[in-house]
Amino acid sequence: MSLPETACEIRAAVAAGTASAVEVCRDALSRIARTDARLHAFLHVDEAGALARAAELDRERPDAPLLGVPVALKDNICTAGVRTTAGSRVLERYVPPYSAAVVERLHRAGAVVIGKTNCDEFAMGSSTEHSAFGPTRNPWAEDRIPGGSSGGSAVAVAAGMVPLALGSETGGSIRQPAALCGVLGLKPTYGRVSRYGLIAFGSSLDQIGPFARSTRDLAALFGAIAGADPRDATSAQEPVPDYTARLDGDLSGLRVGVPRDLLSAGVEPDVRSAFDAGLSALEAAGAVVRDIVLPHAPLAIPVYYLVANAEASSNLARFDGVRYGTRADGASLHDVYYRSRARFGAEVKRRIMIGTFVLSAGYYDAYYVKAQKVRALIRQDYDAAFRDVDLVALPTTPTPAFKLGERTEDPLQMYLSDVFTAAANLAGLPAISVPCGLTPERLPVGLQLTARPFDEPSLFRSAHAVETRIPVPRAY
Amino acid sequence: MERIATLARLELTPDETARFAQQLTAILAYADQVQQVDTSAVAAPPAPADSRMRDDAPVPSLDRNVILEQAPAADQTAGLFKVPRVIGS
Repeated sequence: MSLPETACEIRAAVAAGTASAVEVCRDALSRIARTDARLHAFLHVDEAGALARAAELDRERPDAPLLGVPVALKDNICTAGVRTTAGSRVLERYVPPYSAAVVERLHRAGAVVIGKTNCDEFAMGSSTEHSAFGPTRNPWAEDRIPGGSSGGSAVAVAAGMVPLALGSETGGSIRQPAALCGVLGLKPTYGRVSRYGLIAFGSSLDQIGPFARSTRDLAALFGAIAGADPRDATSAQEPVPDYTARLDGDLSGLRVGVPRDLLSAGVEPDVRSAFDAGLSALEAAGAVVRDIVLPHAPLAIPVYYLVANAEASSNLARFDGVRYGTRADGASLHDVYYRSRARFGAEVKRRIMIGTFVLSAGYYDAYYVKAQKVRALIRQDYDAAFRDVDLVALPTTPTPAFKLGERTEDPLQMYLSDVFTAAANLAGLPAISVPCGLTPERLPVGLQLTARPFDEPSLFRSAHAVETRIPVPRAY
Repeated sequence: MERIATLARLELTPDETARFAQQLTAILAYADQVQQVDTSAVAAPPAPADSRMRDDAPVPSLDRNVILEQAPAADQTAGLFKVPRVIGS
């Protein structure tokens, strides 16, 4: 008998006793063993821990929303007793003494954490090539990047190794790899998910979010991790609704805005065709599509790289070789600092340099304060648009997955793959990427929808309507 | 480059210094378009989210020895992180 593959089916089967959590866990482990030598989605597979937890769930059979469902975690999410590297040499031996809030919530939801996935070092990148432990490959075309920084989580789901995974976003690090790997990914409203135990990058932008192959699975995972947490002062008190409700394919009355001006620059024709198909699917479900403007949106990338790197340079100051991480020997404390921090990879050093510069005396007002003001204008554009429409639609990325090595020496080109995603992080808004087709080369394309704060339900309902009308084949 | 690297406590190789100088110049030139925006209507940098105040009440934290176990060098008995001599070296 073959085991169920979706999270919702697995949960039902384990709850009914027609499958055991241990069987499901072994199935995931064997899928990883079969495919991951080629794709390198995982940095660490916690076989013993996962099987022990699965056996415990089989014994106790709690009434839990993700009972027995295997979940993979991006390796910048702390797991007590399980190595957490954030893709960095600096943390290659780090075993956290505590778990992130989302890990505790997954435990309570009956999920089985199967392992830790590859990512760009400290989540800084758009291709997973900046991992200190080697790149991850796209299951649709193994000579191409999976996107990033949460590339390992996207691939673990896209290649069918696990039904669910968590990633993190600062400027598109969930939606962009979801789009390039043909799965769903959600960047929640800022504050919707606790950041406690997420290794910090840009604290005013960071959010943890889910990956899945279906909207229903995505919504179930999101419901399990969302909610207030006293250990994250920015986490929101808003009640958490049932995100799996009203996934009925009916979008009557929903208004979707398209900022047409933004589509002229750099969007490849094949991406444009798939995007238009996505819009048609929304219309077929009853939504009304109209044009809108977001005048400051083209500034999202430069503003993002000023704000995010300023925050990163501050957050990464803690890696000094004294309290955790690896230490390089030196005759003085000064030498220990410099030599230990020399172990950061090139992209992390570049970003620390930019961030330090924009926060330094004489440049702070011109760069950092100015960028924060433009950030406010970007948010105001969305507020104005949301007076006329309920969602904003754009392609998630301007191009499909590019080749490994193509952009590593050109940081600016790499940054531009986030051109449509960064604005949601700057504005604190929820945004989803849902597959909307394949290019003639059989590379996935994602449709991005952005909503008002805490209106994730509209994102799920719309994504569901798209996925039922544009079925995307599997990569495995 | 040297001044920024010193502020950031980063040791850069000569190759990195040369490459970064070029790349950072390009990135900052690109970011210059932010300078051109009229922001006279925006008063001050907004707070990123509605931060709330909480009672300043002590809660249990991780045990000191657990923390010290994470350190590259520590004296568990004394309860201290160890670093090279700072004064008089």
